[in-house]
Amino acid sequence: MNNNFLAELSGVSKRFEKTVALDKLDLQVRSGELFAVLGPNGAGKTTAISLLLGLQQPDSGTALLFGKSPHLVEARRQIGVMMQEVSLAPELRVREQIDLVASYYPSPLTPAAAMELTNTTSLADRPYGKLSGGQKRQVQFAMAIVGRPKLLFLDEPTVGLDVQARELMWVTLRKLVNNGASIVLTTHYLEEAEALADRVAVLAKGHVVASGTVNDLRALVVRKHINCSTTLTVQEVAAWPGVESAKTDRQRLFITVSNAESVLRRLLAADQDLCEVEVHSAGLAEAFVELTQENKS
Amino acid sequence: MSAISVPVSSELPAGAVMSPSRLLNAYLTEAKYETVRMLRTPAFAIPFLGLPALLYLLFAVVIFGAAIRNDPQAGLFIFAAFALFGVMGPGMFGFGTLVASEREHGLLTLKRALPMPPSAYLIAKLLMAVMFGVIVTATMLAVLPLGHLKLTVGQLLAAAAVSILGALPFCAIGLFIGVLTTSRSAPAFVNIIYQVMMHLSGLFYPLPKFLRTIAPVWPTYHLQQIFFRAIGVSSQGSAFTHIGVLLVLTVVLTLIAVRRLAVKG
Repeated sequence: MNNNFLAELSGVSKRFEKTVALDKLDLQVRSGELFAVLGPNGAGKTTAISLLLGLQQPDSGTALLFGKSPHLVEARRQIGVMMQEVSLAPELRVREQIDLVASYYPSPLTPAAAMELTNTTSLADRPYGKLSGGQKRQVQFAMAIVGRPKLLFLDEPTVGLDVQARELMWVTLRKLVNNGASIVLTTHYLEEAEALADRVAVLAKGHVVASGTVNDLRALVVRKHINCSTTLTVQEVAAWPGVESAKTDRQRLFITVSNAESVLRRLLAADQDLCEVEVHSAGLAEAFVELTQENKS
Repeated sequence: MSAISVPVSSELPAGAVMSPSRLLNAYLTEAKYETVRMLRTPAFAIPFLGLPALLYLLFAVVIFGAAIRNDPQAGLFIFAAFALFGVMGPGMFGFGTLVASEREHGLLTLKRALPMPPSAYLIAKLLMAVMFGVIVTATMLAVLPLGHLKLTVGQLLAAAAVSILGALPFCAIGLFIGVLTTSRSAPAFVNIIYQVMMHLSGLFYPLPKFLRTIAPVWPTYHLQQIFFRAIGVSSQGSAFTHIGVLLVLTVVLTLIAVRRLAVKG
């Protein structure tokens, strides 16, 4: 066992009747990182997290949390969890929900401190059942952090949040990581992973198809985008080698290229008046689509 | 990297150790909030807390009041019926319908993922059912004199003990139903078994002979017989047999249910 890993799946396989959910999956969560697990629906994200939380048993391979079986409550005392689909007791007030979860940990924050961190203090005395969807997520976030966990599992934490609440959660997540916590985040919002993650793993069909930093993943897509103001026509540029597609929009030319440097040189040579040139790498979203489409069959 | 060689003697980091007082606090907090939430659920609290005493007053005072003055044994029979009716409900419905719904709607999954102490979920529900049993028993004992019945202190204490401990087998039956059914079907299953057990065990009225011979298959029959003994009404069979049947039923159903909960959630 490598002690740097707070949680790890090694060669884990899991099937549900005829469907293979995970296929010899390896996944490691390191200390002090925000690790985003991405993948299309059915890629195995939830199953992978469930194994790390001890909610399911792998058919083969090992799941470890702090070097121990996730079934041991001692291992889970160092984690906080925010799940996607959970109905909490609607009769309990927000402060009571947080107090209940705090009681599971050896030295938790006070409910007041957890509410302060998650901007839920004003909800303290409201019955949970009377909250909006976004407020419920914020309260679940408070419940996830109240135990002062070393490792946080957050499943789609910002779904249903307004922009302000989402920004606040991002700030809190960064603060937690800066204070030494590690976070495993699954999200559909790629810009969330792009903004927050130190490391990303992309799952497709039960195994990791790519992992690394956001920049590593973006670099997997060679394609780049150039846009500029030019007198050249779309038809002209589209015929050049290295150009995958070209279109105009409001007097600007948008070109997708596989070799940005050579196309740029030719653009500059062909149009002396060329101006306002911008070159972009592919975004994480584009990398994600490419990686996961390759694995569709 | 080898994921298999976990050092067995590895010491737990400080963040993973709970002091005994924190651990006790975790169990108590779980039980406190389970009870609080049920008390805040009028559809649960009002019928289970209020109905037994009200029905007892209706039957033992309003309808049969005059008859009971001449036949105190009949009064004790009615008292036993509604006292036991009162302790069955919170256990069966509290476990049956709630466990099914909380399994289905993710609450139990979240609690299994969180470091909730083992069994705190079930112990909390059990204490909730016992707390309701205590309240129901207290109200029943409070209205007892209105039905012109007199019990000795010893009989009152014995009746209270049987009522409160008597909730346990019904918690086990509820739990068993709760882990096997869905949130939609659980209320129906609980209700059917609850009604059948009450009526076919002779809880409310003496049964015809052919039903009397099969009454011992229902746990309510055994609890009724123990309760009769406690309050000085003539009972059938030995107390040990009745206690044994209820104990075995409770242990077996709980073990099956707990195992299934741990494996499948």
